[in-house]
Amino acid sequence: MSHSTVPRSSAEASTPVKTPEASGGATGSRNRKKKDPGRLSLGLRFRRDRVLLLMTLPAVVLILVFNYLPILGNVVAFQDYDPYVSDNGIVSMLHSPWVGLENFQAIFADSAFWSAVQNTLVLFFLQLVLYFPIPILLALLINSVVRPRVRAFSQAILYLPHFFSWVLVIAVFQQLFGGAGLLSQLLRQHGFDGLDIMTDPSTFKLLVTAQSVWKDAGWGIIVFLAALASVPPDLYEAAAMDGAGRWRRMWHVTLPALRPVVALLLVLRVGDALTVGFEQILLQRDAVGPGAAEVLDTFVWWNGVRNQDFGYAAAAGLIKGVVSLGLVLAANKVAHLMGEQGVYKK
Amino acid sequence: MTAVIDKPSVREPSRWAAPPRPVWEEEPSRAGVAGKGLVLTLACLGILFPLWIVVVTSLSSRKTIDQAGGLVMVPKGITFIAYKELLSGGQVTRATIISVLITLVGTLFSMAVSVLCAYGLSRTGSLGHRWILMVLLATMFFSAGLIPTYLLVQSLGLMDSYLALILPSAISVFNILVLRGFFMGISQELIDAARIDGAGDFRILWQIVMPLSRAVLAVITLFYAVGYWSAWFNASLYLNDQDMMPLQNVMIQLVQKREAPVGLGQAIRTGQLSGLAVQMAVMVVALLPVAVLSPFVQRHFKKGMLTGAVKG
Repeated sequence: MSHSTVPRSSAEASTPVKTPEASGGATGSRNRKKKDPGRLSLGLRFRRDRVLLLMTLPAVVLILVFNYLPILGNVVAFQDYDPYVSDNGIVSMLHSPWVGLENFQAIFADSAFWSAVQNTLVLFFLQLVLYFPIPILLALLINSVVRPRVRAFSQAILYLPHFFSWVLVIAVFQQLFGGAGLLSQLLRQHGFDGLDIMTDPSTFKLLVTAQSVWKDAGWGIIVFLAALASVPPDLYEAAAMDGAGRWRRMWHVTLPALRPVVALLLVLRVGDALTVGFEQILLQRDAVGPGAAEVLDTFVWWNGVRNQDFGYAAAAGLIKGVVSLGLVLAANKVAHLMGEQGVYKK
Repeated sequence: MTAVIDKPSVREPSRWAAPPRPVWEEEPSRAGVAGKGLVLTLACLGILFPLWIVVVTSLSSRKTIDQAGGLVMVPKGITFIAYKELLSGGQVTRATIISVLITLVGTLFSMAVSVLCAYGLSRTGSLGHRWILMVLLATMFFSAGLIPTYLLVQSLGLMDSYLALILPSAISVFNILVLRGFFMGISQELIDAARIDGAGDFRILWQIVMPLSRAVLAVITLFYAVGYWSAWFNASLYLNDQDMMPLQNVMIQLVQKREAPVGLGQAIRTGQLSGLAVQMAVMVVALLPVAVLSPFVQRHFKKGMLTGAVKG
């Protein structure tokens, strides 16, 4: 690449470092170490790149403060944290007694926690089976539509709900399936009893999955469409010449093209298995009751924010965080073993 | 290689007609076309029908709503009374203004920070860019957790401040990576030429890189804006004053919990204002900006997102 040999900033033109442009390529090379011709000394590289470093600073500070710094706050998981000591979390933290692993022991003995674990896993598998294939099928369908207008028009509609807030999506579902919703209204007008699906614990997990499908399945096709668009048309032509029909072309050309994307998304999904729609479920938790609607994230929220039992909640959150990290790394490992790329390269 | 211009495709006989098929491709069967059309139509109706009901009911008078026994599917006369009541001052008006302001300020801030960072990381071989990238990427593998984040925001004194709705979730590493990937695709010769002409990095970013990246900038702006517009959880966590709540939180109260908007309870109990129409109108106010804006950005989605996402 050309730019690694060209000093980056012309602001140095007045400094002893001469850019090749300013002094003619030959003298510029004097400034580089002989062994590694593209390499400048650390000080020179800093001078050259200080503006770039300055540009990354705001983002790096935000990330350090709001993503890394709070990791330290997990120490409250080992405390009997008292939020009423002070308005300032750090002061409270310093004054709260240490309890070792007591919070964790209590959590493992808490049936509500295990119920939340169970709900989380059931929801994860339901979404994997019922939600995951839908964008793939929709993408194959859209991809086979050749009229550009029909394609763009249906894409615009299918993408739309992705941009709605969860509050709105749940409000829409409530208007359709709630006790005073359209379905109940029609049933009553025809002499049946009304039906309130929105507060029924027994169907809640299917309802949550249906909401996810309505909101995001259309958006999910975008990445598959891109993978499909990158298949060279020659492959289809060659397959057709060899006598492959529509379906055999799909099996032997289209689906293999989707394989890496599907693998990547599966890895991401499995790595994120313990996160199953926090906002969505939290919004409906009160209506359905914790028995069916409590997942790990809402368990943390309930114990911490509602019950002010921060140590207990933080311990539950820490368990989830550590297990999730393990899942991500394991999922990547499996992807690498299968010869796929995974989230990061090896 | 340049992602510069959107060229309109040259051959476009009729805007809805199918382009000619390659000779080797067999003609589609009638049943196949009909089946595909049916599935696609049903999928689109599944999305549009609920929205239609919401919009129509919000525009219906109390009489129409009572006649229909609730939600209205077929409009009978249109009235804007629900919107007039909601937007003539009071709770919903205030919440809408708050949400608009948070979205504008937040999006501007997020974009500024993200674009700067993405450009700062877009030159391979620059000092420390690999380290900074690692620091950013690692955050995609863990999260500090709800309680520690809450305690941090509290310790920083951000409770009951709108900063708590912007700063903690101001940047998305994914968005930065997409921007960075796009910036890296811009021809290096162009940037070197500008540098020889004496432009500094800020100037190159502003006058060369950003104008060449309109597609991806539009997409990422939309993502951030939708994020701010849709957010409610941080407000419920960090704000105590009900008068400070943004639109989504007010919508939870009015639609999900079916409370009457402050000041309109009397009108709903006695007058021609229907409580249901008011609920629907709040929903329409929340969905309208998104539904209007996102299709405009749609044509950039694929290009904007995927050019960036593939490059490490």
